[in-house]
Amino acid sequence: MTQENSSLDKQSVKDVVIRFVGDSGDGMQLTGTQFSTTSALLGNDIATFPNYPSEIRAPQGTIYGVSGFQVHIGESAIHTPGDDVDVLVAMNPAALKVNINAVQPGKTIIVDSDSFTSKNIEKAGYKENPLITGELDSFVVIEAPITTLTREAIKDVGLNKKAMDRSKNMFALGMVYWMFTRPLNHTIEFFKKKFSNKPMVIEANIKALKAGYNFAQTLELMPSPLVVLPAKMRPGTYRIINGNTATAWGFLAAAEKSGLDLYLGSYPITPATDILHELVKHLQFGVKAFQAEDEIAGISSTIGASFAGKLAITTTSGPGLALKSEALGLAVMTELPIVVVNVQRGGPSTGLPTKTEQSDLLQALYGRNGESPAIVIAASTPENCFDYAFEASKLALEHMTPVILLTDGYIANGSAPWKIKKVEDMPDITHRQITADDVEGEFEPYSRDKDTLARPWAIPGTPGLEHRIGGLEKADITGNVSMDPRNHEHMTKLRQAKVDKVADSIPDLKVEGAQEGDLLVVGWGGTFGSMFTAVNSMHEEGKSIGLAHFNYINPMPKNVEDVFSKFKKIIVCELNNGQFHTVLNAKFPKFEYMKYNKIQGLPFSVLDLINKFNQILDNK
Amino acid sequence: MTDSNMPVYTYKDFASDQEVRWCPGCDDYVVLKSIQKALPQMGRRKEEFVFISGIGCSSRFPYYVDTYGMHGIHGRAAAIATGVKLANRELSVWVASGDGDSLAIGGNHFIHLIRRNIDINLILFNNEIYGLTKGQFSPTSLMGQKTKSSPYGNIQPPFHPGELAIGSSSRFFARVPGGNTKMQQAVFIEAEKFKGTSIVEVLQNCVIFNDGAFDKYTDRAVKDDAQLYVEHGKPMIFGKNSDKGIVLDGLKLKVVTIGEDGVTEDDILVHDAKEKDTTLHLMLARLHMPVVTGIIRAVEEKTYDELCTERIEQMKSQAKFKSVNELFASGETYEVK
Repeated sequence: MTQENSSLDKQSVKDVVIRFVGDSGDGMQLTGTQFSTTSALLGNDIATFPNYPSEIRAPQGTIYGVSGFQVHIGESAIHTPGDDVDVLVAMNPAALKVNINAVQPGKTIIVDSDSFTSKNIEKAGYKENPLITGELDSFVVIEAPITTLTREAIKDVGLNKKAMDRSKNMFALGMVYWMFTRPLNHTIEFFKKKFSNKPMVIEANIKALKAGYNFAQTLELMPSPLVVLPAKMRPGTYRIINGNTATAWGFLAAAEKSGLDLYLGSYPITPATDILHELVKHLQFGVKAFQAEDEIAGISSTIGASFAGKLAITTTSGPGLALKSEALGLAVMTELPIVVVNVQRGGPSTGLPTKTEQSDLLQALYGRNGESPAIVIAASTPENCFDYAFEASKLALEHMTPVILLTDGYIANGSAPWKIKKVEDMPDITHRQITADDVEGEFEPYSRDKDTLARPWAIPGTPGLEHRIGGLEKADITGNVSMDPRNHEHMTKLRQAKVDKVADSIPDLKVEGAQEGDLLVVGWGGTFGSMFTAVNSMHEEGKSIGLAHFNYINPMPKNVEDVFSKFKKIIVCELNNGQFHTVLNAKFPKFEYMKYNKIQGLPFSVLDLINKFNQILDNK
Repeated sequence: MTDSNMPVYTYKDFASDQEVRWCPGCDDYVVLKSIQKALPQMGRRKEEFVFISGIGCSSRFPYYVDTYGMHGIHGRAAAIATGVKLANRELSVWVASGDGDSLAIGGNHFIHLIRRNIDINLILFNNEIYGLTKGQFSPTSLMGQKTKSSPYGNIQPPFHPGELAIGSSSRFFARVPGGNTKMQQAVFIEAEKFKGTSIVEVLQNCVIFNDGAFDKYTDRAVKDDAQLYVEHGKPMIFGKNSDKGIVLDGLKLKVVTIGEDGVTEDDILVHDAKEKDTTLHLMLARLHMPVVTGIIRAVEEKTYDELCTERIEQMKSQAKFKSVNELFASGETYEVK
């Protein structure tokens, strides 16, 4: 929280990070979402990140049942949900215990003092009540009897105790609204709409929200409420969107733009399932959404739907991509357009299902039998998941090849403002479906476009173009089965060349910050927010530092060498043990690469990045 | 489906230019010929047929039929075919798959295809052995069967494909001998007409690795007494002299001879392929002497592909958002000026 001097009785801050934490049943996700949306409606830029346990309803009061939602709001461009928390709202001792390390001394902690019973204190693993031991002395601790006050405020509504306690989160939200001068109307309208058939629920939540707000005002929790001014964002109509929804919508846009129906074959897996959830809501657009019996059926049916002429996609996370690898090879061999979305999570094996990581890069690039090249691209923010889902579809359809789109748990679940796009704003997609009229003489399923090397797409139901494809090696041109040694080598090289040629139709690698100089920071995918924030702030301070962030990984933009050669040092930063570092070493061995990695299931901290980069710059 | 412009096809129209490469004497040749002869009788255009296969000897099938086709990967034919059918319901989608492909590596897709009841026809080439990998036991190999991977006799009890299919709520299950092209053609035509997943088990002789596996049913000398060909609405009578029949004896099927022990034709069970209750169909599917051929079960219910289409139409009529642009601009949005 960067404070500015102000003589007004309302103090102005540039940005603030608030984290709401409680039991997984305490409604922390709803509380955080309400705060974010209300702030966005005031014109703040925002970034949010939910943090929930893998247990659905872990036992109450335990540290593994703690659920959280962090929101970063600001008056200037916000690229991450923030590292250090300015205000922590903890609904019980376990939530405090799990999150205290994210709060720096001097910052504010609001606790529900009613929840600090000896039983809860013990469950959280505290020996004594942390509110009285003095261990929180370095923080500004606001102890509010939230449970009692909520029950008191809504006692006339007619709910039982258990139901009454569900409104505690709104009391807490009311307090925070006062602290940051937020209006209540958005949240009030939300309840009226959402629970239109449950008047008691509406009344209880609105009363609790107002009671919290008034409580904060009466007690003057802070010397004065704070204001976060609107951000200077590009004019337009915005909405808050998370990466998974943006991904789903990018495919809807691509289907409409290409004139094809969308087919999704998918098996539920965290953290990718929300894409399936979103698409099944919109079958009216001709979407065929098929929940398959397993990951393999998910992609196999996708290949079938692609053969039959759909924009066919499948969605998964790391373990699911492993299961799909054989079928991906079939899509490579049959040269059919499919998109595989991998919302990465911590691995190997089941790993950290609800935590983020970038450790499936090498799997996406190389995790198949045989020489099996596929296009690999990565989205880098929640909102540009829309653009890269669209781009993945376009590349698949125009180049007749599978495309793997990498996102990750961090951007998939994180939210940010999205300047709403229309289908007409998006580039054209020219798929390669043909009819007999397009064919002179005998139909040759493995003839190729001379520019892209893509083969034609003749779909079942088209008279005169009956043909057979499959996983056995294809003879060039005819597509018949061929075991000829020279043909195999030729076809292997053709399939590679087809993917390589995609480089002709992708944008150059851009550099943020310094365009040449001492240090080039290299990243890819979902780490853009923290890396850009770090590099940008250092560059503004006059440091010779630039950021080259990759969205296109296979093939890479054509100007990579050019970019790399303009800096004295290069550091590759990833949330894995150095996979992109390995790729760059192999591809552009003439450069020397340092690496900076984090494998904790967590995003980069901006501060850690800045420290690391400064250390390198100081050692020059 | 009546179309005055419908071309008249012969079996030659469905023969591709690829040389057929099964072992000489393999029953797969018979099935291929049966399909090529049955397809012209189905009242459909050539381009509407799609053949999907997995891996195995029989999975070479699509290469030899001049329609659209895909030779997939091991076990996944049912899943690939599901995508084809969901993408375009107008197509007549066929799966050619073996006992290893459908009952071992692809067992999951097999049972879920049947459970969902997608309008796909699956020909199950059951030769009770692994042919393409040269002679290992399969999930339908018999107990004690000596194979390359069970030199001292197989100790894995087999699946009965009919029992597995009906247990997975199969609506259409039929069985045909590998050498009987007449019966095959008739059953394939019925399978195509049937709206829902049709499973046709072919008792397919592998001349190399399991030769004679079905001789006990198909050998000319015994077949009349060893096969019961069932037809809906007809009594279950079989035998060289048409004097044998099936009756229900307690909870078991029993073979009786008409004219002996006071048994008359009226005592013989009449086949009801459309009975929803699976009990008798399961018993027929498991009967081994005689083995039951023909259409054992054919109970039409709504298909999954039909329900999918209905759901889309229903959502079109109820949809809040008529275009994706409307969806993108819906809900909580705000202006930045």
